[in-house]
Amino acid sequence: MSYFELMGFGPKGWGWPMLMAAGMTVAVASCGFLAGSVIGSLIAWAKLSRSIVARVFGDGYTTVLRGIPDLLVIYLFYFGGSALLSGIGQLFGGSGGFIGVPAFAVGALAIGVISAAYQAEVFRGAYTALARGELEAARSVGMHTMLMFRRIVAPQVLRYAIPGLGNVWQLALKESALISVTGLVELLRQSQIGSGSTYKPFYFYLTAALLYLVITTVSTWGFQRAEDYSMRGLRRA
Amino acid sequence: MAPSSQPAAVAIRDLHKRFGPLEVLKGVSLSAAEGEVISILGASGSGKSTMLRCINMLEVPDEGEVIIGGETIALARDRKGRMCPADRAQVDRIRSKVAMVFQSFNLWSHMTVIENVVEAPVHVQKRPKAEAVAEAEALLAKVGIADKRDHYPSHLSGGQQQRAAIARALAMHPQVMLFDEPTSALDPELVGEVLRVMRALAEEGRTMLVVTHEMGFARDVSSRVVFLHQGVVEEEGPPAQVFGAAKSERFRQFISSGR
Repeated sequence: MSYFELMGFGPKGWGWPMLMAAGMTVAVASCGFLAGSVIGSLIAWAKLSRSIVARVFGDGYTTVLRGIPDLLVIYLFYFGGSALLSGIGQLFGGSGGFIGVPAFAVGALAIGVISAAYQAEVFRGAYTALARGELEAARSVGMHTMLMFRRIVAPQVLRYAIPGLGNVWQLALKESALISVTGLVELLRQSQIGSGSTYKPFYFYLTAALLYLVITTVSTWGFQRAEDYSMRGLRRA
Repeated sequence: MAPSSQPAAVAIRDLHKRFGPLEVLKGVSLSAAEGEVISILGASGSGKSTMLRCINMLEVPDEGEVIIGGETIALARDRKGRMCPADRAQVDRIRSKVAMVFQSFNLWSHMTVIENVVEAPVHVQKRPKAEAVAEAEALLAKVGIADKRDHYPSHLSGGQQQRAAIARALAMHPQVMLFDEPTSALDPELVGEVLRVMRALAEEGRTMLVVTHEMGFARDVSSRVVFLHQGVVEEEGPPAQVFGAAKSERFRQFISSGR
């Protein structure tokens, strides 16, 4: 069977399963990345806070999550979540057996929690790049804090953050391959399944690599467009 | 001062402000009647900018009172004993009536000129967008940059940016305008175009407090000149009087030094 037959869309081809798996990779990475944006902006806010407790918490979060291996975080979430669910199951008179947690949710959450640590740094850096005078001008026309955040701070932080966020997105995309250990059928897991049943591992991993490259190329182009749009009106240094 | 039943447009009473061990304002009082143009002069470090920034609470004074149009800004002490506004909503409301023009323009860099001008009228004062845009266009024409309507601030010269900032301030329909060294960041050949706009505003009868080093403006345009030295008012009076026969030796030195 040639490479193209194997990866085609015919009756014996693996084309559709591989494409579906690529879709799963994009889905779990995107959900994780978005969760990371929400958690990350809260952590950035904590790090910039005047309260010392919040600052210590924020710094602790980024230190711990950037300091331990991503795979370990995924195991902790997967087995921790399962232990929790099994415990709850026992509490309600279950058999006390192992209850697996949904792999997609755990995977997205794990990516989100890790990604948040990196995104928090990106957001914090972007905030410190804001011109203080523009914030003063906002206060001087009577903007209250929330309005100033929405109209002046958020659009500019996002603008300065886009290049850094592009990097963090690529990290999230590659982290999603680690989710394969939980059994979620994303691109890497699907390649393992395919190579196991056809004994052609090289074909599958080569295809997986090409599909990852397509995803990163498209997203790099997307982030570049977003950056160009957001930098309108800024003089390039 | 002439007796008047109307409250002063702006009054500050016995203002003190410290930054750490440094006392920048040591009891400054000043009052501006409706339509007055007051030039505030002084060497750098004399406290003139700090005084101006206390009027709209960009700096909170440690002691003293700020009264805008008869309304005293309520101050209180926080847990650490520092002064802070007692009522943030009051400060926001007063700020929308007291417009400020900054030395470094401080236009919002992610918005075009017209967006900068309509921002506060639409989002702070909740005026209808169409009305705000029409008015903003008229204001841009008035300051002479109607053709820069859709440009971003970084694509304008300093003088154009400052005129846009003045249009942004005017769009709030302010009762008082504060100018914090509006021409100090400009190349010499651009100073004139900003001063012309300010002169026109003064002739309209607007109440203006102008921190400046422009002696010509102080002498020709203002109704009163205040000279600050080391945090106190050293000399005060109509320009003809203070420039002609200043009581303060320091002020005479200050103007003869050619600042």
